[in-house]
Amino acid sequence: MAEVVLSHISKKFGSVTAISDVSLTIGNGEFIVLLGPTGAGKTTLLRLVAGLETADAGTISIGGFDATKSAPSSRDVAFVFQQYSLYPHLTVFENLAFPLRSPIRNMSEKDITAKVKEIAGLLRIEDKLQNRATQLSGGQMQRVAIGRALVRSPSIYLMDEPLSSLDAKLRGDLRVELKRIQHVMGATVLYVTHDQMEAMTLATRIGVMKEGHLVQVGTPREIYTDPVDLYVASRLGTPSINSLPSKDFQVAGIPDTVHTIGLRTEHLQIRKGKKGSFIGTVNYVEHLGDQDYLHISINGHELVTLSNPDDGLSTGDEVSLEFVNALYFDRAGNRVHRGKHP
Amino acid sequence: MNARSSTAHSVVEPSLTSRRVASVLVIVYAFVTLIPLFWIFATGFKTPPDSISYPPKVIFEPSLEGYCNLFTTRTRQTSEYIAQLGPPEGICDEVTRRREMVIAGTSNYAPRFINSVIIAFGSTFLSVFLGVMAAYGFSRFKVPLKDDLLFFILSTRMMPPIAVAIPIYLMYRELGLSDTKLGMILLYTAVNVSLAVWLLKGFIDEIPREYEEAAMIDGYTRLQAFRKVVLPQATTGIAATAIFCLIFAWNEYAFAVLLTSGDAQTAPPFIPTIIGEGGMDWPAVGAGTTLFLIPIFIFTILLRKHLLRGITFGAVRK
Ligand SMILES: Nc1ncnc2c1ncn2[C@@H]1O[C@H](COP(=O)(O)OP(=O)(O)OP(=O)(O)O)[C@@H](O)[C@H]1O
Ligand SMILES: [Mg+2]
Repeated sequence: MAEVVLSHISKKFGSVTAISDVSLTIGNGEFIVLLGPTGAGKTTLLRLVAGLETADAGTISIGGFDATKSAPSSRDVAFVFQQYSLYPHLTVFENLAFPLRSPIRNMSEKDITAKVKEIAGLLRIEDKLQNRATQLSGGQMQRVAIGRALVRSPSIYLMDEPLSSLDAKLRGDLRVELKRIQHVMGATVLYVTHDQMEAMTLATRIGVMKEGHLVQVGTPREIYTDPVDLYVASRLGTPSINSLPSKDFQVAGIPDTVHTIGLRTEHLQIRKGKKGSFIGTVNYVEHLGDQDYLHISINGHELVTLSNPDDGLSTGDEVSLEFVNALYFDRAGNRVHRGKHP
Repeated sequence: MNARSSTAHSVVEPSLTSRRVASVLVIVYAFVTLIPLFWIFATGFKTPPDSISYPPKVIFEPSLEGYCNLFTTRTRQTSEYIAQLGPPEGICDEVTRRREMVIAGTSNYAPRFINSVIIAFGSTFLSVFLGVMAAYGFSRFKVPLKDDLLFFILSTRMMPPIAVAIPIYLMYRELGLSDTKLGMILLYTAVNVSLAVWLLKGFIDEIPREYEEAAMIDGYTRLQAFRKVVLPQATTGIAATAIFCLIFAWNEYAFAVLLTSGDAQTAPPFIPTIIGEGGMDWPAVGAGTTLFLIPIFIFTILLRKHLLRGITFGAVRK
């Protein structure tokens, strides 16, 4: 395990800027999750760390050594690909053993077998070891792919949406398993996902990417409660943050530059009745089981918020709303901090 | 996401009628194409008089005379001379003496056949080897002028090779490559390599780069990754390409006639020169042709397994 430092990395493909001036230090034993919409450059960033792409500018150091120009095989990283992760001409066992049989590792066949068995047990694929890689379900393939990374103890694990084709149950199990493994082995991980839940639970820090830029890096809590802009704020939270134009809502002490008010469930106090700062109407209620999604229309805008089914709100009810510590954003979407004394 | 569609195949079953029509067509077609082959095979086992009798004999008494004549040279002797010889050694001796001849030595068929094997397999190996390397390079690296180079390689096949026979003849004479196995291997390789590059490039393009990338991250060099990951997945393409190259080199006639006459002569120009007393020795020609078909036949059957297995690989995702 090692510290990985990216400094001022840029990468272009022809005229497309895939990565633009990204700096990030992944501390030893850290689990960093990259979030961002499709095309944001997440995969490209992982490939740069792995050495599958060379950066146009900037440096990468792995474990204190400058790896900017090293070959992939000498960087000692493990990669779980978004696609095509298994060798189709090999069995599951051979797939798992493949990294260990590399000439630079020179491991005995006995140790290899032991290690493969151990990892197969961990991922619950022992009974599939003799299958061809093509004879597995999508979920099994993905587990083998993760296993192929886990058989080694590299400087850093790079994982590109490794759980994306699993069913919800298995995904949850593996998420917990990954976290446990990372904890036990003290592994350094750079992980890409579109799943908020994975990001929030796995990450020691989350990096939010947008069009090749790393917009914000911080603990899941920081990213959630203290986003630098509306874009970051909209990456996390279910339902996602409500953004209302400030011109339609008179809020006391609001700075002039504020253009948008961002409201999550915890920024709203909702009561039945008409006594409050703002009055809205419940449009409809979505029942999710343990919680409800409340769709409220207010001053010609719609809000979606979580509510407790016991609140007894139903379609057509009039409600009063208070904004509590809402997030403010200016015209460009950047965060506007409240004055020290609101 | 595509795992399901690529692991489970569902193919619409053809209806019974269309299967019957297809079988009938296949049988008729096979019959038509197999008649000449059967005729050659049968001629190999006829006696010279039977082979040229009119009307042609479909039912005849099989004889090994064709095979004996193929491998031997014979001289005519008087019956007194033959009578005073000891008992015949083996079946060929006997067959030959019946025609008032004795075996004088071995014919050139065996060495010509061996030349064919060396030249055809040698050039096939070389074409496929160069083809795989070039195709991999074109498929995976930024090669300057890639499209022009690929077009150039293809363009070497646009004119019939025999059109350049005279320049090649003169060039080979200057270089001392006339009538050498090396010369023939190089020539057939030059003709085949363009086909090999194009065919193999198609197959290698189909193999996702991620496999090699994964192998390189797993601690292998590009060359090792190529050997362990790309080659095994390219077996289908390699087998198909090898069969095409071999068939061309094995059957090639025009250059072989022009450029070889002795040491490096292959079987195709040799077979028509088998002349018996009073014209062509058709049974020997039939025998020589039948034997000549066998290697290609075996090679294709051996590789057929790879061809089929390659198809079932399919694409694996996730
Ligand atoms: N080899 C390449 N050649 C040209 N453009 C590329 C290449 N690889 C990536 N790109 C471009 O770089 C940008 C970033 O791509 P990347 O694959 O890193 O996105 P991503 O964040 O991983 O997206 P997703 O969530 O869909 O996987 C995209 O605009 C993509 O089109
Ligand atoms: Mg990606």
